[in-house]
Amino acid sequence: MDNVLAFGAASAQAARVDALFVMITVIGGFFFFLTQGMLIYFAVRYRRRLPDRDNETPRITGNHLLEFFWVLIPSIVVVAIFYYGWRVYTEQRIPVGGATEVYVNARQWLYEIKYPDGRTAINEIRVPAGRPVKFILSASDVIHGFYLPDFRVKMDMIPGRVTTLWVEPDRPGRYQIFCTVYCGTGHSNMLAQLVVMSPDAYAEWSARHEEAGEEKEHEPLAVRGARVAKNAGCLNCHPIGGAAKVGPDWKGLFGSNVPLEGGASATADEEYLRESIVDPGARIVKGFPNVMPTYKTTLSKEDVDAVVEYIKTLK
Amino acid sequence: MAQAAEEPGSGRGYLAESGWRSWAYTMDHKRIGVMYLYTTIAFFFIGGIFALLLRLELLSPQAKYFSDHTYNIFFTLHGSMMIFLFIIPAIPSGLGNFFIPMHIGARDVAFPRINLASYWVFVAGFLVVIASLVSPMDTGWTFYTPYSAKTGAAVATLSFGIFLLGMSSILTGLNFIVTIHKLRAPGMTWHRLPLFIWGMYSTSIIQVVATPVVGVTFLLLAMERLLGVAFFDPAKGGDPVLFQHFFWFYSHPVVYVMILPAMGIISEVIPVFSRKPIFGYKAIAYSSLAIAFLGFLVWGHHMFTSGMSPLANAIFSFLTFFVAVPTAVKVFNWIATLYKGSITFESPMLYALTFIFLFAVGGLTGPFLGALATDVQLHDTYFVVAHFHYTMMGGTVMGFFAGLHYWFPKMTGKMVNEKIARISWALVFVGFNVAFFTMFIAGVKGMPRRYAEYLPKFQVENVISTVGAAILAVGIGMMFWNFLQGLRKGPPAPGNPWRALSLEWQTPSPPDTENFHEIPVVTDWPYAYGTPKGPAA
Repeated sequence: MDNVLAFGAASAQAARVDALFVMITVIGGFFFFLTQGMLIYFAVRYRRRLPDRDNETPRITGNHLLEFFWVLIPSIVVVAIFYYGWRVYTEQRIPVGGATEVYVNARQWLYEIKYPDGRTAINEIRVPAGRPVKFILSASDVIHGFYLPDFRVKMDMIPGRVTTLWVEPDRPGRYQIFCTVYCGTGHSNMLAQLVVMSPDAYAEWSARHEEAGEEKEHEPLAVRGARVAKNAGCLNCHPIGGAAKVGPDWKGLFGSNVPLEGGASATADEEYLRESIVDPGARIVKGFPNVMPTYKTTLSKEDVDAVVEYIKTLK
Repeated sequence: MAQAAEEPGSGRGYLAESGWRSWAYTMDHKRIGVMYLYTTIAFFFIGGIFALLLRLELLSPQAKYFSDHTYNIFFTLHGSMMIFLFIIPAIPSGLGNFFIPMHIGARDVAFPRINLASYWVFVAGFLVVIASLVSPMDTGWTFYTPYSAKTGAAVATLSFGIFLLGMSSILTGLNFIVTIHKLRAPGMTWHRLPLFIWGMYSTSIIQVVATPVVGVTFLLLAMERLLGVAFFDPAKGGDPVLFQHFFWFYSHPVVYVMILPAMGIISEVIPVFSRKPIFGYKAIAYSSLAIAFLGFLVWGHHMFTSGMSPLANAIFSFLTFFVAVPTAVKVFNWIATLYKGSITFESPMLYALTFIFLFAVGGLTGPFLGALATDVQLHDTYFVVAHFHYTMMGGTVMGFFAGLHYWFPKMTGKMVNEKIARISWALVFVGFNVAFFTMFIAGVKGMPRRYAEYLPKFQVENVISTVGAAILAVGIGMMFWNFLQGLRKGPPAPGNPWRALSLEWQTPSPPDTENFHEIPVVTDWPYAYGTPKGPAA
């Protein structure tokens, strides 16, 4: 489906962004026509009448009441727009449960797609309609962008970090993905598609892939994560339920709120877990010693992703 | 104001001496200002040619005339030259140098030698920038790491050039701050200062405070590239987002370096051509300082999609909106100045009114980008390109054009052909809107910026935009041809053709070296137009 129309919102979220857009347009339009209408009216009404002599002009130098109101009214209006924009944004950013997860890694100049069950693809993401999808974004070389115009969202993909973005597609269709952060020669050709399938078609597509067995060499991410965690010695210190060990328990860890040394707290999301693997001293969980070595060079990025995926399964 | 009678002119005024030495070694702020104007306008044309080449390529969705890489170099050069070699220096260093001392009743700036040095440091800066063309930059004018740390282009050379330009900018800003504090004529109190001075004062503060940050940032970038020290490259343990923070900590305040002097020009032109005192003097004056101050707190709004925490984003969004308030106050006051005026529409006034109109579009499209949810949609699309061209070109450059037409008689002692000036204004106005308003539509439809090739569904907007750019180019070409004709054979200008009250007009055109034979004594503000018996407000 080519969304030729600007207002072809592909999700309820996008429709809320559009409503905000319309609100700002109406407010902006009102002030534009008010001010420019007065500008044009004054310019015509008070133009000099005689070719060689000025109209008599009053020496008006200001008006405190007017100044007060045209500070107050714009202040109220901008706070209202800020608040609305913030609300809609917050809805977009708070993750929802039960999302289909897709790992997307960008490199010059393509998107590498990885599904939790181990399948991979390039530049085409398939997801079912009617369910939230969470994109777990990273980049290998330079900063890239992940922009879904039909969903009115984008997020930068930053090397060395994990960012996330989620959408909930309403209906099946093919949606454009653009890279929006300038990344070199091939920037404008770094295009991808989000293919939203009806749940039935999606199930059929998934099954077909499994039957065809074309991804045999790819074990599911979480399985790989379990293997890596064992081989890399993670489980020597980290318990999965049961007796306490040197490191924090992994069971039920993902998504929980973790108290930190120094009084702050953190949500154990993908980024926090990734950081704790590659830079363990950055945010220490309260009550645990800062003894873990960094796995930055020991584990590949794929291995780190797999371990994070594995931790997620430990409910 | 102070001097009722026009001083007799000596004919060629400060332009009497000739020969290259009289320019290269001059310490006259007017000559230094003129040199800055010629230099920056030359880069305006070069940057403009790059813009036209970009628009030419964008006629077709596929690469047609240039390779993608060449296109990327062109938009980088267009942006860097327009920002660093034209918009930032043109009004402050060009018109500011010429008119700050004249406005405040001084014979020169506080440090004439530093002033000359700042010009030659500027020349050194642009020579280094030009030298970097041996391996032209393809990073965009924002130089985002890690791309800029990896690309094969001469990033270190270019950043050194910009380092020098920044140095020149700091010297000029410092000079202006001291000049405005110390060299005001007797009776020229702070509240009698022309509003152009308030704009320039606010701008100078930003230049002095913010520019060192970009200098250091480019130094770090050069160290990373040349010595392999890791600051921004995650492969070496750096943080690319840190670069964005550094970069925008300078580059956001600097948009107010660009716009505040232009707003100052508008505040000068509107009262003169309405024959009315400026409405809300103090509100306009202090709103410049308020914008300069708030401008330091909002850089994060360039980074709403860079993975900052939602809380940080919310704080930056909230603060960003408050820049709108002092800006709106200025617009309201300018419009109120027109009320019951005796308005004439010579070219400076046409450009001043155009500024208000186009800047209103630019300003009112700001909230789309300040509000978090719509920014996440529109960031890095053509909507942003349209928005900043409306503020920077529709705002700053229109203000610059207003200033050029307004002060041309004073600077050159010649008048321009008003009829041609108005025709070129009409072309500029129409061409600008056709070229840039269409970009809002392309942006809302989802076209990302910095795309050498694009999807065919965006072609209509791009073709219209290119047609607009061509009209705009004809208008600007005609305007400057008119300036050249005026310079060569325009009729001599009287001392005060616009019957303005500020001090620079109470001198012959062109003014003599050292401006005033006797330092004027100021007894009133420069906006005492109209008849006192009118209804007081």
